[in-house]
Amino acid sequence: MAGRLSRTKIRALLIGPAAAVIGIFVVIPLMLMAWISIQGRDYSGGVIWGELSGEAYLRMIFERELDDSLAVNFNYVLIILRSVWLSFLTTVISLLVGFPTALFMATRTPKWKAILVFMVTLPFWTNLLVRNYAWILLLRDHGAINGTLSWLGIISEPLPLLHTQLAVAIGLTYSFLPFMVLPIYASLEKMDLRLVESAFDLYATRLMTLRRIIIPLAVPGIVAGCILVFVPSLGAYVTPELLGGGKTLMIGNLIGLQFGAARNWPFGAALGILLLALVMISLTFYALKLKNTGGNTQ
Amino acid sequence: MSKKYIKPSHLALSVGLFSASFSGSALAAGELHLYNWSNYFPPTLLELYEKETGTKVTIDSYASEDDLLAKLQAGGGGYDVIFPGASTLGIMVEKGMLANAGINEMENFSNLLAPFQTIAGDENRKYSAPYMWGTTGFTYDPASVPGGNLEESWKELFEPRDELKGKIAMLNEMTDVWNSAAYYKGIDKCTEDPAEAQEILDLLMAQKPDVKLYSSEGTIDRMIAGEVPLHMQWNGAAHRVKAKKPDVVYVYPKEGTSFWVDNMAIPKDAPNMDEAKAFINWMMRPDIAAEASNYTGYSNAVKGSGEFLKEDLKADPAVNTPENYSDRLRAYKSCSPKSKDLREKVWTKLKS
Repeated sequence: MAGRLSRTKIRALLIGPAAAVIGIFVVIPLMLMAWISIQGRDYSGGVIWGELSGEAYLRMIFERELDDSLAVNFNYVLIILRSVWLSFLTTVISLLVGFPTALFMATRTPKWKAILVFMVTLPFWTNLLVRNYAWILLLRDHGAINGTLSWLGIISEPLPLLHTQLAVAIGLTYSFLPFMVLPIYASLEKMDLRLVESAFDLYATRLMTLRRIIIPLAVPGIVAGCILVFVPSLGAYVTPELLGGGKTLMIGNLIGLQFGAARNWPFGAALGILLLALVMISLTFYALKLKNTGGNTQ
Repeated sequence: MSKKYIKPSHLALSVGLFSASFSGSALAAGELHLYNWSNYFPPTLLELYEKETGTKVTIDSYASEDDLLAKLQAGGGGYDVIFPGASTLGIMVEKGMLANAGINEMENFSNLLAPFQTIAGDENRKYSAPYMWGTTGFTYDPASVPGGNLEESWKELFEPRDELKGKIAMLNEMTDVWNSAAYYKGIDKCTEDPAEAQEILDLLMAQKPDVKLYSSEGTIDRMIAGEVPLHMQWNGAAHRVKAKKPDVVYVYPKEGTSFWVDNMAIPKDAPNMDEAKAFINWMMRPDIAAEASNYTGYSNAVKGSGEFLKEDLKADPAVNTPENYSDRLRAYKSCSPKSKDLREKVWTKLKS
């Protein structure tokens, strides 16, 4: 009995530091953010503590007319939808590029596997900001891509590549692609290749093998990869700022604007909560999906 | 923003940093800590001040005034002299974040040009002294515009000629863009009238398809590389473009050109108050102010500094504002919350 007690104590002690870190760095800041989002707005930055107000949440959909009546305003909704759309696009492109890459990696010899995994993680040695600036050099009017195309005589006027939504999608895909490749690789690497051989023995075509054997086995990796790409894309700040040319905001930039030039902290905090909610919804969705497919394959 | 896996070593590092930040605030006397924009203070002056006074000067930099304000609102940072612009200065004075340093009674205060002996928010200059000032206009490359010459009007930017459509770069600054559009439309920049705000929005929305990008970063390189022939720009940046492309023209638009002032001020809880005051007084000396201008490419507000300026600064109308343009300059105004709200709504609509 005494031994069991001390074991619980040890367990508590071991969990303690992790719980404290989560409490101090995650739970308390989140509660602070939620609290700020329902405070009154101080027009010179900050909030009026203790003055409760739901204005920040109303502002997402409605705007105040001159006579203080409410009118529907879809500007912020539009920005949010655009963020979701761009993140979705990024996830799909990453999946299309990442899955074949991971499959290729998983079917090499162990020595090559190690080298390829190393190469996939290599971009992380460089700061995200620097990597985005590199895309500016590639995509701009007199940059590498336009330069090469016009040298080859394919185009006479530079293609407008930089400062477009396409540039943002490219930048996001490039930034987060390794997060798609690595989890899929991890699930495919564990795959028993004899299953594939059996499929061929049973006269399955290559496509059937891929659809019926390989992809179902990779589902956990695909789901994890999609989450890891979709979630950070949704909150992206640097990439739309640098590659989008400041013409269109994403939700991350909108939040930045509220804490910066617009000095509307409650609204910024409320948007932060909304972003969190969107992430939670997508995580729940994926978790449910994972549970379902997991049940089917076993 | 893209950290997925937190390794134990990272955690240990961040806990270490966290505890280190509590123990780093013990400061000795004979020191001075400046907090300024990056690349905005000449290293030569730091050395000279140390040599003349024996005070050891260090400098930290911020990327935006919002960072500066946020840091002070969060409780200091142990800085002695900060360099806020007019709107940030106004907020700091209003919120009692600055020390009443009695700048207007300092020995060198009389060196200041009359228009700079006052500023909105600190009318008597008790809390602040001017550091650099500049204007927000636009720059064009005569070789790439039709006829090699543009009108001195915001029209060229907001309602561009067909040849320049799609080739315009704007500063990504809410207030600067709003103000310039207001000058062009002849609207008070602190307007509270939604109809007038709508006019500004219409102008900006109509201009948007012609804008190649909104960005405040890399404006100098963009002009030098010839990526855009026309760029809304600050005058000091225009001066630095001219170092590589001497032909470019900086325009003071006739409808009104914002001029801004960056100031020196002392936070209320500055650890080295006396050194900070002595430093600000020293900075108002003509030869010292000139040295700062030579480095930044912006004008200072000290009488008699002209003779110490580099020749290329004196000769450049972008920096040395010609006398006959002085009626085009528009000072900073502190607008009401209602007006600021309209401004923000217009900006968000423009970008949504």
